Amino acid sequence: MASIKIDQVQKAFGKVIAVDHLDLEIKDGEFFTFLGPSGCGKTTTLRMIAGFYYPTKGMIRFGDKDMTRVPPEKRNTGMVFQNYALFPHMTVFENVAFGLRVRKISAKELKTRVQDVLRKVRLEKYSDRQVSQLSGGQQQRVALARALVIEPEILLLDEPLSNLDAKLRDEMRSEILRLKEEYKITTIYVTHDQAEALSMSDRIAVFNFGVCHQVGTPSEIYNEPANDFVASFIGEINLLPVKVERVEQDHVYVSAQFGSESRELVVHNLPYNFNPDAKGDLSISIRPEAIKVFEQQTDGTNILKGKIEKVEFFGSVINLSVNVAGLLLQVNLLNNRSNNLESGADVWVQLPEDQIRVIPVVSGDVSC
Amino acid sequence: MLKNRDTRFTILLLIPVLLVLVAYVLYPSIRTFIESLQTERGASLANYLDFFSQESKTNLQALWNSVYISILSVLVSALIGIPLAFIFNRYDFPGRGFFSSAAIMPIVLPSLVGVMAFMFLYGETGLIPNLIKDLFGLEKVPFKIGGVSGILVVHAYTMYVYFYMTVSSAINKIDPSLEEAAYNLGANRFKVFWKVTFPLLTPAIVAASLLVFMISMASFSAPFLLAGGYRVLSLQIYFSKLNGDMEVAATQSVILSIVSIAFLLFMRWYQNRKDYRMATKGIGAHRSEVKNPVMKWIMVLLGIIGVIILLLPHFTILLLSLVPDGTWTWQIYPSVFNFENYRLLLQDPNIFKPLKNSLILAFIATAGNLVFGVLTSYLLVKRKFIGKNFVDILVMIPWALPATVIGMNLIFAFNEPNIFSFGNILVGTFWILPLAYFVRHIPLVVRSTNAVLEQLDDSIEEASRNLGARWFYTFRRVILPIIMPGVLSGTLLAFVESVGEFPTSVLLYTISNRPISIEIMNQLRMFNMGQAAAYGMIQIALIAIVLFISNKVFGVKAEQSLS
Ligand SMILES: Nc1ncnc2c1ncn2[C@@H]1O[C@H](COP(=O)(O)OP(=O)(O)OP(=O)(O)O)[C@@H](O)[C@H]1O
Ligand SMILES: [Mg+2]
Repeated sequence: MASIKIDQVQKAFGKVIAVDHLDLEIKDGEFFTFLGPSGCGKTTTLRMIAGFYYPTKGMIRFGDKDMTRVPPEKRNTGMVFQNYALFPHMTVFENVAFGLRVRKISAKELKTRVQDVLRKVRLEKYSDRQVSQLSGGQQQRVALARALVIEPEILLLDEPLSNLDAKLRDEMRSEILRLKEEYKITTIYVTHDQAEALSMSDRIAVFNFGVCHQVGTPSEIYNEPANDFVASFIGEINLLPVKVERVEQDHVYVSAQFGSESRELVVHNLPYNFNPDAKGDLSISIRPEAIKVFEQQTDGTNILKGKIEKVEFFGSVINLSVNVAGLLLQVNLLNNRSNNLESGADVWVQLPEDQIRVIPVVSGDVSC
Repeated sequence: MLKNRDTRFTILLLIPVLLVLVAYVLYPSIRTFIESLQTERGASLANYLDFFSQESKTNLQALWNSVYISILSVLVSALIGIPLAFIFNRYDFPGRGFFSSAAIMPIVLPSLVGVMAFMFLYGETGLIPNLIKDLFGLEKVPFKIGGVSGILVVHAYTMYVYFYMTVSSAINKIDPSLEEAAYNLGANRFKVFWKVTFPLLTPAIVAASLLVFMISMASFSAPFLLAGGYRVLSLQIYFSKLNGDMEVAATQSVILSIVSIAFLLFMRWYQNRKDYRMATKGIGAHRSEVKNPVMKWIMVLLGIIGVIILLLPHFTILLLSLVPDGTWTWQIYPSVFNFENYRLLLQDPNIFKPLKNSLILAFIATAGNLVFGVLTSYLLVKRKFIGKNFVDILVMIPWALPATVIGMNLIFAFNEPNIFSFGNILVGTFWILPLAYFVRHIPLVVRSTNAVLEQLDDSIEEASRNLGARWFYTFRRVILPIIMPGVLSGTLLAFVESVGEFPTSVLLYTISNRPISIEIMNQLRMFNMGQAAAYGMIQIALIAIVLFISNKVFGVKAEQSLS
């Protein structure tokens, strides 16, 4: 096991800069996820940790050891490839034993260790099968077993579930979590599936265009997104460009543009809601489930009149699209059978002042 | 910037590959070019002026003859190959599978042996013309082949296969729904063929035409045995060399090379063009069953006749090989058949020697091809380096150059000591032949290895290194075992081609290492048809075994790497 320090790393392929200004510290035994849209540099970062690419700038350390230019075979990382990369000419047993044979482990120990790990991934019955005769999920588990059996310091998983169907994906997800508990190994997990990232990780790094936007626990990432990219990439959110009008002791007053009218909104002056150092363009963000809906005009702050455009019924929740002066707000309500909202009806929505957050709009130069 | 380990390693692998290519491909070509500039009055273009001057009619005439024969060969081969490809891939009738695999039988005939078979079948004293003469009680043989017609018939027989194979695979890649869409829009059969199907096949037809043109330009065995007084450029080089006019031979070689390399570059350009074939994915062939019973049986009958014509040369060689020498002198048809020729082949050391020579020479050359081919192919497919295109072109040069030119290049390069021959003169020694065979088959082995390596995902190699294996261990235990079937089938093909190689052998052999093809030529000169045919049969058997092993054991369609 080892911690990983990534220090001001940049990777350029010719003119394309795939990863830039990357600073990360992954703790010993942590389950750490790289999350981001396609092409944002997740695989590139993972491959630099595995040693398949060397950084153009910066340094990578495992614990205190400088690994920046150590060749992949000397890093003792276990990698599970997106397409599994099983050796097609070997059986399941031979595939898993490969890393041990390279390490010249005695035949007896090799056998017990391979059987041990095959039992853990529940493939002990398949050890003599040719890998081409396995299903996708089974191949996946062989790949996991092959990476785990060498007792790597770091386990690297590059979108390991993306080739599987939904049911198998759920199954493998709990399998990976189970193995994580069992091996307590530092793990880096790459995905572009936010639900997967939120449910599995100890911490998440959110990438876009080669830049890391935020690092935090799943609840930090969801509840306190650092900027509009993170906010919109994870879960649903309403974003409105705003200008800060005045800052008082307890409250911040911002003006938001609704179509032609400008409206003043009140936000708590607390670190969760407002960061006085935020510069550049700003936006308010509010999750759809935080917005309150009234069928009659009510008193209070931040109340806006609107018209329901669309009602989507999902059973336990109801999603509304509310048109406020030409702007659509997404609202989620819990179904309590009392609301009979129909499209076309007038409603009053409230954006609670403790739920609104003022966040920066990224122009691409953000780093964590 | 600090060069990393991988880059250093790539350079380390690249050095031997470049060295071999420069020493045995590039340098000999340059030597020939320098030789062609030699005149009594120092370096000049005088030899080229001579070549194109009106006085030396033979040279210009030979160049024109080569082009003329090549164009005719393209036309005739296309006329046979394209319709056959259509019939076998679009219609279903009894025996279709058998006929379509028989269609590639000409490949199982080494060129020299094939030409020999055609001489016995259709020549002046050939079996077929005489049979017809006797059957119908004619005065004279009704026809005979020789000169241009002889060369053309042999070319058509061997080269239609290239059209057949490329067009077949193109037909199978056409999405049937394209034609169905055209029918649906109201086009009739004729319209659909000319407006939809044919344009989609054009790239394949052009590629096959270029290929056949190049191969006919380089063709040596057919003109050698059949041309009579007709002169083509590849043969002209050989005669110049025999007469000791080395500068003239060099000039002719350079001109033939220029034509061939121009075609190679044109072909690469044409194939790398973005074309619309890629728009649809490969979809299984859509064969319509021939329902009309009369049509069906006509098809079957034509198929049977076709197969007989295709296999007749093989049977002729078999038949002749059973006729002991000296028992067929004045009779029109042979009368005695036994295994005497094969017995002699195995028991008479003098007759066995050429076979043994060929096997040894081919083995040495092919072992070199295997090691060099795998290394070069790995570099070309899996490694990044500057100048990859240059290496790629060097690898392809021996494919574009006619065998006669390769032979001449080696003569000019190694009839004097130099560093590439470690200070020895190679011409006139044992080693020049394996070297020639090696150079000839570099492209074949590299390309067939490229094909399997391209299939191999990069992450397989990465997975192995991630598990702690060094490069060499990875290469030995992971990469080699996976690509071996494809590599071996290419290598075996190179082996059998080396065993039968004629054009470079005839330029470079010595008495003590004379290979099988030279002995066939000698036996023909002494009218020992039976013995010549027995050698031929051995080669046919070798090729058949190799194709069978490739198909059944390795699951590779080896014949496809021939084109
Ligand atoms: N070997 C390479 N050569 C050139 N450019 C590359 C190379 N590898 C990656 N890139 C570029 O670097 C950027 C980041 O790629 P990367 O593979 O890291 O993305 P990713 O986040 O893993 O995306 P995905 O979710 O699609 O796998 C992309 O713009 C890609 O085109
Ligand atoms: Mg990726």
